[in-house]
Amino acid sequence: MSTHTLSVLVEDKPGVLARISGLFSRRGYNIQSLAVGPTEEQGISRMTICVSVDEFPLEQVTKQLNKLVNVIKIVELEPATSVQRELVMLKVRADATVRSQVLEVTQMFRAKVVDVAPDAVTVEATGTADKLSALRRMLEPYGIREIVQSGMVALARGPRAIAANR
Amino acid sequence: MTTARPRPAPRTGAPSEQQDSATQASPSSRAAARSARVDPTPATGAQSLVRSLEAVGCDVVFGIPGGAILPAYDPLYDSTIVRHILVRHEQGAGHAATGYAQATGRVGVCIATSGPGATNLVTPLADAMLDSVPIVAITGQVGRKMIGTDAFQEADICGITLPITKHNMLVTDPADIPRAITEAFHIAATGRPGPVLVDLPKDVLQVQTTFSWPVDMALPGYRPTTKPHGKQIREAARLIGEAQRPVLYVGGGVIKAGASAELMELARETGAPVVTTLMARGAFPDSHPQNLGMPGMHGTVAAVAAMQRSDLLIALGARFDDRVTGDLSTFAPEARIVHADIDPAEIGKNRVADVPIVGDAREVIGELTAALRGSEASSPDLTTWWNQLNSWRETFPLGYDEPADGTLSPEYVIERIGKIAGPEAIYAAGVGQHQMWAAQFIGYEHPRTWLNSGGAGTMGYGVPAAMGAKVGLPDTTVWCIDGDGCFQMTNQELATCAIEGIPIKVAVINNGNLGMVRQWQTLFYGERYSNTELGTHKHRVPDFVMLAEALGCEGLRCESRDDVDRVINQAMAINDRPVVIDFTVGADAQVWPMVAAGTGNDQIMAARDIRPLFDDPESGGADEVVTNIERENEAR
Repeated sequence: MSTHTLSVLVEDKPGVLARISGLFSRRGYNIQSLAVGPTEEQGISRMTICVSVDEFPLEQVTKQLNKLVNVIKIVELEPATSVQRELVMLKVRADATVRSQVLEVTQMFRAKVVDVAPDAVTVEATGTADKLSALRRMLEPYGIREIVQSGMVALARGPRAIAANR
Repeated sequence: MTTARPRPAPRTGAPSEQQDSATQASPSSRAAARSARVDPTPATGAQSLVRSLEAVGCDVVFGIPGGAILPAYDPLYDSTIVRHILVRHEQGAGHAATGYAQATGRVGVCIATSGPGATNLVTPLADAMLDSVPIVAITGQVGRKMIGTDAFQEADICGITLPITKHNMLVTDPADIPRAITEAFHIAATGRPGPVLVDLPKDVLQVQTTFSWPVDMALPGYRPTTKPHGKQIREAARLIGEAQRPVLYVGGGVIKAGASAELMELARETGAPVVTTLMARGAFPDSHPQNLGMPGMHGTVAAVAAMQRSDLLIALGARFDDRVTGDLSTFAPEARIVHADIDPAEIGKNRVADVPIVGDAREVIGELTAALRGSEASSPDLTTWWNQLNSWRETFPLGYDEPADGTLSPEYVIERIGKIAGPEAIYAAGVGQHQMWAAQFIGYEHPRTWLNSGGAGTMGYGVPAAMGAKVGLPDTTVWCIDGDGCFQMTNQELATCAIEGIPIKVAVINNGNLGMVRQWQTLFYGERYSNTELGTHKHRVPDFVMLAEALGCEGLRCESRDDVDRVINQAMAINDRPVVIDFTVGADAQVWPMVAAGTGNDQIMAARDIRPLFDDPESGGADEVVTNIERENEAR
């Protein structure tokens, strides 16, 4: 099993997310992460779906997805030829004694401090899943109180765009 | 509501050969209605709905009114184009729409109110989904402000039917009604056909809006591929040119595409044997010498063996269903696969295709025949293959034994109905033993004459489907071959038939039991008959003759072989009301051949304890039988 990233253009209509997530679950596939947002075109949303399946079931997934009337286009994005990013916010236990050490780790990862309290800082970082888990490992010794992480978003490298109208 | 009003007579229409039937070839009144251009005019949502149905070519809807859909029934009362048939249960409406669609090739329509009305459509929608039948379901919904509040008779029918419809939509803007109806019919009828549900909140039907026609569809994500790729066609033709043991594996898609004439040409051109799946009975004439019959769990030995020993399966509008393939890992082990289907997701789903072809079956078959004709290579000599096939066919023909206890043979009854009513009649079946016998022992010569619930296996499908078929084709004799179990699930629609003037003929193959389940109990559960006896013999409850009469039908009974022809002929002569015949038959007849569920097709049993041995190509198998049914391969 390997992880595949699908970039899916869909009509921005109620129930589309349910149609897609329902399709994955009823056909027995597990979504690792999913992110939805608007696109350059009005009325069209892009979903970035990470799914871990073998090559053959992946073909079946994309074919079944394509059958959904509200799905316009599906492209698989390879890690080597696309930019893939996730966003994480970590609330780290950090009083005055360790705050500077936490800040140092934050800077190493080119992350940002977006909130600070006497005994905690909230760090925001974007990057690949690998980078974000490395950051997390580095901050864990100080005590992580809360984490929120987005699904992955991804865009193909190079000048070409995935357009709804082919 | 009881006064007689002028009603449009049921229309006669030849079965449409068009795949895209919603938008082509239809009786003149519909064509006229459709071509009529309407500038924006004021209308209520309900009026807009009814006018849209008229304009899209709908001539009949099966339904039951109720609170949320009530606004739609008011303008429907005035329509002279759309005939509404008041059914007795929404499930009947759904299956009737399916029967109508399968018999005529046009989109069938059913209508129900919100909540329980809508949920009663769930079974027929799932049924139509699995058998790719174009139907449109219109459901009422609670008012927009009430949605999500657990209001009276509220059910999230779009959510419920999401996995069992090709598409569904909740219309929240009354101005969208004509477009929603246009899209629903288009999606249902094109590509791989299927059910579409349109959910209409009550207040959307009540408010003032404007109606105009035609409307543009907005379906950027819906582009079915109908034209096959030329390179794949050439590659398929090349494989056919090389194959020594080809088989044309014909599925229901050939009927839906109206491709029977093209299939005949292809069969002539290749000389290959044809097998017609349960959904494709009638796609190719049973009388044709190249037709080996039905493959699969209860298929003919010749059809199953041909696929198992084939070196090239040419699958046309078929989907390698588990009832056809048996255990996939041992299915047709030597065969290369040409797989043509309009649904790309079917290709390679169960069996990897060597040559995948996405396209409409009619176009695919036509182009394939043309490519074969244009090819320089001489066609292979199939004499050896046909010798083998004929040997199987002669050694293991379909047949049955007369019951030793002197009871009436169900197979004989069904065979005689097929002979007397003939190949021009339509046969709708329930699900179970009688369905398999009807698929085996009736000779089908034309597409759209065999209606059944293949994928879902919906008991109770028969009576309402026959009703729908008869409404679509009122001049055609329509028989429902039903079981006593199935019949008790939906026979209330006979009241509909009696009152609406839909004279179908129902043969209840009454063996007193849930016969197919009983057969499995006999074979795989040590003859422990847990909850399969219905009491229709022992207690004669219900008495089907009395039940028929209570429902406004003619009720007949037949208990002996000598009476069979007479009673069938008697039923054939009655055309002013529905007829029900209680054929009281023996309980022990079994469906053979059989591939037990979960086993490979090589394990087919021609009859109980008789297994052809295909491993020896010279063997017809007559004196080589395996005498112990393989219980380790029992049904799961």
